[in-house]
Amino acid sequence: MRAPTVAPATDLAPRVFSRTIEDFDVPAGREEEWRFAPIRKLRDFFQPADWGSVGLSGEHDVTVEYVEISDSRLSHTWMPTDRPSAIARAQATHAVLVTIPKESIHSNPIVVNLKNAGENNYLHVEVHAGPFSKSQVVLIHDTSGNVSGSMLSLLGDQADLTMLSVIDADAAVMQHLHWFTEVGRDANFHGLSITLGGGVIRTVPTLTYRAPGGKAQMLGAFLLTGDQFQEHRILVDHTQPHCVSNVIYKGALSGEGAHSVWIGDVLVRREAIGIETYELNRNLLLTDGPRADSVPNLELETGDVISAGHASATGRFDDEQLFYLQSRGIPESVARQLVVRGFFVDVLSKIDDSELSGSLMRRIESKLGIVDHE
Amino acid sequence: MSKLTITDLHASVITEDGETPILRGVSLVVESGTTNAIMGPNGSGKSTLAYVIAGHPKYTVTSGSIDLDGQDVLAMTVDERARAGLFLAMQYPVEIPGVSVSNFLRTSITALKGEAPKLRTWTKDMKEAMADLQMDPAFASRNVNEGFSGGEKKRHEILQLGLMQPKIAILDETDSGLDVDALKIVSEGVNRYKESSNAGVLLITHYTRILRYIQPDVVHVFVDGRIVATGGPELADILESDGYETYTAAARA
Ligand SMILES: Nc1ncnc2c1ncn2[C@@H]1O[C@H](COP(=O)(O)OP(=O)(O)O)[C@@H](O)[C@H]1O
Ligand SMILES: [Mg+2]
Repeated sequence: MRAPTVAPATDLAPRVFSRTIEDFDVPAGREEEWRFAPIRKLRDFFQPADWGSVGLSGEHDVTVEYVEISDSRLSHTWMPTDRPSAIARAQATHAVLVTIPKESIHSNPIVVNLKNAGENNYLHVEVHAGPFSKSQVVLIHDTSGNVSGSMLSLLGDQADLTMLSVIDADAAVMQHLHWFTEVGRDANFHGLSITLGGGVIRTVPTLTYRAPGGKAQMLGAFLLTGDQFQEHRILVDHTQPHCVSNVIYKGALSGEGAHSVWIGDVLVRREAIGIETYELNRNLLLTDGPRADSVPNLELETGDVISAGHASATGRFDDEQLFYLQSRGIPESVARQLVVRGFFVDVLSKIDDSELSGSLMRRIESKLGIVDHE
Repeated sequence: MSKLTITDLHASVITEDGETPILRGVSLVVESGTTNAIMGPNGSGKSTLAYVIAGHPKYTVTSGSIDLDGQDVLAMTVDERARAGLFLAMQYPVEIPGVSVSNFLRTSITALKGEAPKLRTWTKDMKEAMADLQMDPAFASRNVNEGFSGGEKKRHEILQLGLMQPKIAILDETDSGLDVDALKIVSEGVNRYKESSNAGVLLITHYTRILRYIQPDVVHVFVDGRIVATGGPELADILESDGYETYTAAARA
C-alpha cells in the first residue's frame, strides 16, 4: 500500500491525497469540511459497495468514450481527497473519457448524456482538453439514482475549455460529486455548475494550476425547493504565479426546509505572485423558511497580488422591485420572472448555447412556480 | 377626459411595531388637462399619498375611497392600476439587477398596451424619447436604475412617462436633487407629455423651484397627513417667502 501524501498544513487545502480508502476516516460530522453535511443521510457514501458505474445514454461524438477504469489514458496523478471520492475511484469499474485532441477546435458543444446503471452509482468522468484546443463540453447528469464520484477537467497548455455540469435530479436523489480542474500554462477554463434539484447534493469543485498564466472562471447557479439540501464547497488553490480566478455562484431558494451551503475557499500560496482572484456568492430567498449559509475564505500567503476580493450576500425577494415593475403595468408573475432572470443572468448568459440557457431558465421558472412551462 | 377622485382618505404604514396612521383625511380631484401641485414639509405624508394611490403593499387604507372614472382604484392590484392609466414617478426608484432598461420598457409597454410593440417603430420611438431627454443611447442597455446618478434616475422616470402616456401622472419630488439644467430638461419632458396626452398631473414637491417650469393650476399645502390650504399659483409664492411654519404651527395647535 502506498503511503498517503501529506501536504503542508493550511486550513483550506485538503491534507490527504490518496486512492486508498483506509487513508480517510469515516466522517463524524464534527470535521470542518463535513460540519454542514447531512452525514447520516450520506452514510452509504462512506462504505465501499457494489454499485454500478455511470455510463452513456444514446449516440455521442467520437471524442466521447466509455472505458474500463484501468484504461491507461485516465489520469495517474489525480488523487481523491476524501473518503467518498476514494471509494468511488476504487470501486468504479468504468469511466467516461472525453478527449479533445491537441489543436482541435470544436465550434459545436460536445453534449455528454450520462446514464446511471441503477439505484446507486459510482461516477468517474475525465475531460482532457489537449494543448491549444478549444471546446465546450456539456455533461447532463441522469435524473434518478444516487451518485458518488468525480469529474476531472484537465487543460493542456493554452487549451480553452468551457465545461457545464447540469444536475436536475429527482427530489429523492443524493449525489456527491468532486469536480477537479487543473489549468495548464496560459489555458482558459470556464466551468459552470448548474444544480436544479435533488434531495441531497454536495459538490466539491477544486481548481488548481499546473503552470503560470492560467485563467479560470467557475460559475454556479443553484436552485432549491421543498426540503432539499445542497452544499457547494469550492477550493481555488493558487499554486502558480500570474493566474486569474473568478468564482460566481448564485442560488435561489424557496420552500420551508430548503438549506444551501456555499463555501468559497481561495488559497493564494507564497509562490503565486501577481494573481487576480475574486469570488462572489449571492442567494435569493423567495419565501420564508429557507436557510442559506455562505462562507467565503480568502487566505493570502503572499501580499504580492494584483487583486484579491470576495463578497457574499443573501437577500429576500425584494418587494420594492416587484412594486416598481408592477406599477408599470407588469403583472406579478412576469415581474417575478424578470427579477429571477435578472438574478441569474450573469451566470446563465455565459452559456453560448442560447437554446440550452433558455431551457435551463424555463426549468428554473417552472420549479419556482413563477411560470408554468410544463 | 379622466378624473381621479380621492375622498376622505385615511391610511397607515405597516411596520414591525404595527400600524402608524399617516394620512388623516385627504380629499382631492385631479382632472385631465390640469396640474395640481402638492407642497409640504418633509415627513408630512406626501410620498405616502403617492404610494397609496399606486397601491404599495406597505400601506393600508383604513377609510376613504379612490375612484378613477367610476372604477374603484383601491380594489385593483398595483399592475391593474397602471393599466387603468395611473403612473407614479417615484422619489426613490429601485434598482433591478440584471434587467436592462430596454427589456424593462418593452415588457411594460407590452403589458400596458396588451400587445408587444413592433420592433422597428419601438426602437425608433425609444431612441427619440431618449434624445428628447438628452439621454445617451447606451442608457438602454444598462440595468434598471443600477448605478444611475440621481439625475439619471429622474430622467428615466420621465422617459417612462413619455412612452407610457398614462391618463393621470403622480410625480413625487421629481425635482429633488436635480441641477437647473436637468430640471429644465425634465420639466420640458413633463410638459410635452401633458400636451400630447391632455393628461392630469399631481405634482408633489418640497420646493417651489419646479413650478417656474411646470405651471400648476391649483396648489395644495399638505401638512401632517392632510391638505390644510388650497389656492391658485400665487399660494406657491407665499410659501416661497413665508415657508411652512404658519401651517405646521396651526397643525400642532
Ligand atoms: N415605509 C415606511 N416605514 C416607516 N415609516 C414610514 C414609511 N413610509 C412613511 N413613513 C412615515 O410616514 C411619515 C410620512 O412619510 P412620507 O410619506 O415619506 O413623507 P414625505 O414624502 O412628505 O416626506 C414619516 O413620519 C415617515 O417616517
Ligand atoms: Mg417624500
